[in-house]
Amino acid sequence: MCLGIPGIVTEIYEVDGILMSQVDFDGVRQEVCLATTPEAQVGQYVLVHAGFALNLLSDTEANETLKILKDLEAFNRNYYGEQASGE
Amino acid sequence: MEESLSNLQNFSCPMPISHHETVLIGHGSGGTLTHDLIRNLFQKQLGNPILNQGNDAALLKLGQEIPEGMDLVVSTDAHIVSPLFFNGGDIGRLSICGTVNDVAMLGALPKFLTATFIMEEGFPLTDLERIVSSMAEAAKEAGVQIIAADTKVTEKGKSDKIFISTTGIGWRKKDLQISGQNAKPGDLVILSGSIGNHGIAVAEARGNLGFKSEIKSDVAPLNGMIAELLKNFPEVHVLRDPTRGGLATSLVEITCQSQLGIILEENAIPVDQDVRSACDLLGLDPLYMANEGKLILILPQEFAKAALSCLQNHPYGINAAIIGRVEEKPAGQLLLKTPLGTSRHLDMLAGEMLPRIC
Amino acid sequence: MANKLNPESVRQTKALMDEIRRITTKPWNIMEICGGQTHSIMEYGLDQLLPEQINLIHGPGCPVCVTSLELVERALQIAAQPGVIFTSFGDMLRVPGSTGDLFSARAQGADVRVVYSPMDALKLAQANPQNQVVFFAVGFETTVPAIAASILHAQKLGLDNFSILPANVLVPPAMHAILQSPDNRVNAFLAAGHVCAIMGYHEYEPIAQKYRTPMAITGFDPADLALGILLCVRQLEEGRAEVENGYPRYVSHEGNKTAQAMMAKVFKAVDRQWRGIGLIPKSGLGLRDEFQAFDASIRFDIELAQLQESELCIAGQVLRGLSKPSQCPAFGTICTPSNPLGAPMVSGEGACAATYRYHKVN
Repeated sequence: MCLGIPGIVTEIYEVDGILMSQVDFDGVRQEVCLATTPEAQVGQYVLVHAGFALNLLSDTEANETLKILKDLEAFNRNYYGEQASGE
Repeated sequence: MEESLSNLQNFSCPMPISHHETVLIGHGSGGTLTHDLIRNLFQKQLGNPILNQGNDAALLKLGQEIPEGMDLVVSTDAHIVSPLFFNGGDIGRLSICGTVNDVAMLGALPKFLTATFIMEEGFPLTDLERIVSSMAEAAKEAGVQIIAADTKVTEKGKSDKIFISTTGIGWRKKDLQISGQNAKPGDLVILSGSIGNHGIAVAEARGNLGFKSEIKSDVAPLNGMIAELLKNFPEVHVLRDPTRGGLATSLVEITCQSQLGIILEENAIPVDQDVRSACDLLGLDPLYMANEGKLILILPQEFAKAALSCLQNHPYGINAAIIGRVEEKPAGQLLLKTPLGTSRHLDMLAGEMLPRIC
Repeated sequence: MANKLNPESVRQTKALMDEIRRITTKPWNIMEICGGQTHSIMEYGLDQLLPEQINLIHGPGCPVCVTSLELVERALQIAAQPGVIFTSFGDMLRVPGSTGDLFSARAQGADVRVVYSPMDALKLAQANPQNQVVFFAVGFETTVPAIAASILHAQKLGLDNFSILPANVLVPPAMHAILQSPDNRVNAFLAAGHVCAIMGYHEYEPIAQKYRTPMAITGFDPADLALGILLCVRQLEEGRAEVENGYPRYVSHEGNKTAQAMMAKVFKAVDRQWRGIGLIPKSGLGLRDEFQAFDASIRFDIELAQLQESELCIAGQVLRGLSKPSQCPAFGTICTPSNPLGAPMVSGEGACAATYRYHKVN
């Protein structure tokens, strides 16, 4: 149900009239159906589950996560504080 | 033109095995076909002075083939892996390395193997040749000889292509104490390299999982590396190869045998990135996947670093790492410490590992 | 799983846990309804990093665990039919029915095969026109688009030897059922990130409002989970009851419209039995009339004998978070991962199996 893994689309093609793709997961390649995410482009990250792409990785939204984190006081203190004093 | 079986008994010159494309019932019936197969394939590829004698059994003389004053070590294994051929190896290589490693894990020098072949009628002879050739190569690398062999052929459908069983004989010094019971508190646990490669390579070769990778089985004979290790570090307490059930199952077994606890550092366990991805994709856990060219080494802390270097200097131990330590408590339990500092308990593999969807 | 935590992730997780500890002033019960999240929490021992007042309750998020006994038995009966190739996700194979499980059915000669995708089952149907290929359609909303797409494709190809045994379940009705129950103890929910990647989270806002129960859309990595828990605790401490998105990299408010359209075309909401819980209205998906031909429960009209659950199994209470697995008298003794009495002991992230595996020391 939840086991979704992100991978990068390397090739898009059709098989028997259904949109398929090759997706690369750090050296492992799998054929993934894009019927549920027809807007996916080569080079984009998709979330894959049961041989299908669930959704595209949202770059802008990924930054949203960091924004939420930045809101948090202690997070600022611990995380950015460490970073400043660390490397 | 194909002669009928009844005419074969009258032929005086040997039938070249390439005349037939597949294994026939006649190949297992002990007659000319069998002899031809033995001579033209098995003896040709695996031949050695003992095997070539062609007697019912092999004679090993104490003081000659077997040195005096040693303890004998014997192990046996059956191989039914499907598919037969996978990236990095095949059932033939597996049958040699598996048994060689089992004998070597007791600290013994494996020298002689027996091999039995049960084949299904219709099994392609080219596949058989490929497998036997692979066995010859593995045996040569391991420095072992196959001194007795047997072949049987079942009717089509009564077996599955080919099953191979091998028994290994080796010997070791008389006062060697290497066993699962032998771990001591304070010992360190070393793993000779990355885990999960074999399991994934075989899963991929099945072809029904729709994924491709460059992941290769790690199947390899480890007796050379072990001999080198024991030469320099006689203080080794435990050697184990994490085959079926994986690293976790082997370590749980050792905790039960020794009645001690083992704590692993999750971050220290080597897993190749593509193996991790494949496991994520398939819902499998590398800790429980079979490995055919790795060993677990448990020895006193003061020798660990040097032993690690010794392994890392060997081609089969390049990625060796210290992965944990042995403690008094919790007795009989295996714990894994995550990079977050939390711990979890690892159990033996229960039943077959089923890929999860969640 | 051998570690995939990078130092960055470890740092974030610890920082988030620190913040949770800083702001928690009261005891709170937070439930996740997602097998993957349960598995992650156990795998990384995240409950060990939380302050004592935060109690994580593992809800009925393992679709394998909640598939009804009746459906499991029906699967067994269909698999036993001659000429049937019965396909299923791997973790369904050891779920016990009344007469055994799919694993033992295979041992007795049934052609049962593990697949990773409903497309694999469809390809099997194409490759074996003389066999009937049946796919056990288990899973939450995350899996449904794949199944819907496969059915649409099968229809397009004119396949007459492919069908599914509908067993999919939906999360929002389960939330309603839990929150409506008189013995409900849940204060907040971690909403399943990948379910929401498909469905969006607009369905959860009315639930949060109606029951004054805050929610956080949550991912699966330790940092994602810590963030989800923090968002819930923050809302609880501040007295808010909203839905906050802690997984924006894959989840938007509206979700994946293409996937939703496919699901709506092929499926409709139906009443469904949740094993151990009972009937939850409109909590499952069945095939619409135009696609009834692909319904294996119709294609194979089988009468089921008397169904019997183990009397000792308290799966229902465990799945609703009313009992901990360790409180079950059979836990770890008669009922173990090798000999499961009920579904939560079978699947790796069923609460019972996860507890057995990961917490045996405690």
